[in-house]
Amino acid sequence: MAIKVISPGLATTVQDLGRPGYYHLGIPISGAMDRFALRVANMLVGNEEGAAALEAVFMGPELEFTADATVAVTGGDLPPKVDGEARESWSSFEIKAGQVLSFDYLKSGARAYIAISGGIDVPVVLGSRSTYALGALGGFEGRPLGKDDELKLLSETLGAGSGRTVVPELRRLPGNPAELRALPGLYWHWITEESGTNFFSDTWKVAPEADRIGYRFKGGQHIQFNERERPFGAGSDPSNIVDGCYPYGSIQVPGGTEPIVLHRDAVSGGGYFMVGTVISADMDLIGQLQPHSETRFVKVDMEEALAARHDRQAMLDKVRASLA
Amino acid sequence: MKTRYTFGGDEHIFVEVDEEMSLEAFFKSLSMTNGVRDKGIKGVTEICPANASFQIKFDPDVISPNEMLAELKKIEATAEHADHTIETRIVEVPVFYKDPWTHETLMRFRERHQDPNGTDLDYAAKINGFDNADEFIKAHHSAPWFVSMVGFVAGLPFLYQMVDRARQLEVPKYLRPRTDTPKQTVGYGGCFSCIYSVRGAGGYQMFGVTPMPIYDPKQEISYLKDFMVFFKPGDIVKFAPIDHTTHDKIVAEVEAGTYQPRVKTVTFSLDDFNKDIDAYNQKLEEVLYGD
Repeated sequence: MAIKVISPGLATTVQDLGRPGYYHLGIPISGAMDRFALRVANMLVGNEEGAAALEAVFMGPELEFTADATVAVTGGDLPPKVDGEARESWSSFEIKAGQVLSFDYLKSGARAYIAISGGIDVPVVLGSRSTYALGALGGFEGRPLGKDDELKLLSETLGAGSGRTVVPELRRLPGNPAELRALPGLYWHWITEESGTNFFSDTWKVAPEADRIGYRFKGGQHIQFNERERPFGAGSDPSNIVDGCYPYGSIQVPGGTEPIVLHRDAVSGGGYFMVGTVISADMDLIGQLQPHSETRFVKVDMEEALAARHDRQAMLDKVRASLA
Repeated sequence: MKTRYTFGGDEHIFVEVDEEMSLEAFFKSLSMTNGVRDKGIKGVTEICPANASFQIKFDPDVISPNEMLAELKKIEATAEHADHTIETRIVEVPVFYKDPWTHETLMRFRERHQDPNGTDLDYAAKINGFDNADEFIKAHHSAPWFVSMVGFVAGLPFLYQMVDRARQLEVPKYLRPRTDTPKQTVGYGGCFSCIYSVRGAGGYQMFGVTPMPIYDPKQEISYLKDFMVFFKPGDIVKFAPIDHTTHDKIVAEVEAGTYQPRVKTVTFSLDDFNKDIDAYNQKLEEVLYGD
């Protein structure tokens, strides 16, 4: 044992970079919602970028260490404390055996990543240590952490040691309003031209139903559908399709009212039409949105989506270089 | 049937084989996804067949979206000439229709249903022109089903009944989805049956439960030790009605590690099936129950 959970936070889970390859059986990729933040946290403490770390949402856990370790907290601004004393986010710091890591209230963003030198040791299930709670799979016993859980580390080491930091320009959080770039497609042709325009010009707000499966948005205008015959097998609502696959980041609009963007623990398919997909470069940002955050969807084409993807990779390369 | 290709962001291609459901569309989707798998295209990370469509997830740093699209169109050209024959399994799934657990749940969510004064089965029977729920139940288990998709949540099969269009049962989903569905509920929405692999939210009508687990992340159940998910697309399912006593007996056998689902391997030919559906289904049953 190396870490004892004194209090678990709201829904703190073990996550790495996920479990690709089983989506065709309904098992989603899972892994950190903000993958950039996870990678940086691991780099700061000297772990492999994809090592298993803790993802805390809205509220931090309280953890007692029974071995010396190096820790870094990235992502949303959830200020860490060691024995009650403030530590910097996006920086590595040391914790001694017997000390307690706790957190102040969340200041911005939604999810913080807590990397611990050595990396968290839970069983590898289907190639990953990530938690998929809906399927009771992976992570710590297939669920979020609970009080008195005891976590092990793969090795007890101080890793890269304390005092490493990432400059503010290389940290990334959503703006206000948040802008999520999306590629129209999938069943975009089912909606009227006016609804298509409104979708991208309206300001939406994150609804309380926002979790690792998906984020729901409210406040924009309802979607109007083009007149068309209902396809056999789709169901009676104009927003129904013959159940098909859902891309990660796809934007479904059940009943034409409130869009839902699917995330890392996505349901793999279902019977609702989709208007498009949030591009890969902006998926991390969704994981940092709190309920009620104002959000706009920004229309992009494939060329812009790929350019944004390269920008993100370039930013990650800068972090790698700065910590090398 | 006209295939439509559309990008899901920069990492997915969604291929709609047909807007409406048919066995022909399902077979083409299965054949194309098999084609993608066999070709071993670099950069493909997920191959997901669905009922009348499929989805490929790819890494655009390895293969560009347009190159991926071109590969799929080539595979479609080959799939046009594929014979509609597959080697697959036929599986008996025992179902306790009108069970007390789904009944308790459907009563709890009555205000979200089209017919707040009846049950899901009574409603399904009525709108499909049956005299009563028992007649509907008989139609549900008398002809076999294709697993036409696995997904939504881990290991959940969507099933499409192997009868002609005129005999297809169609039932809308709940007006608003429930927040609870018992584990292993046999559900219905649109023209699809499903088996809920885990307890959770759901919008399909509820007809019964199966005592046979189909998903086990701990891999402790005897027949799920090799892999945690039981079904795969292309499996054929025959529902067998059971009573409360048999249900409980199977539950006990599952717990004791002695339950083995009835499974046989079988060759399915869509062309032969279409020539005489009832006779073909009869033959499938003979394979399942012959020893």
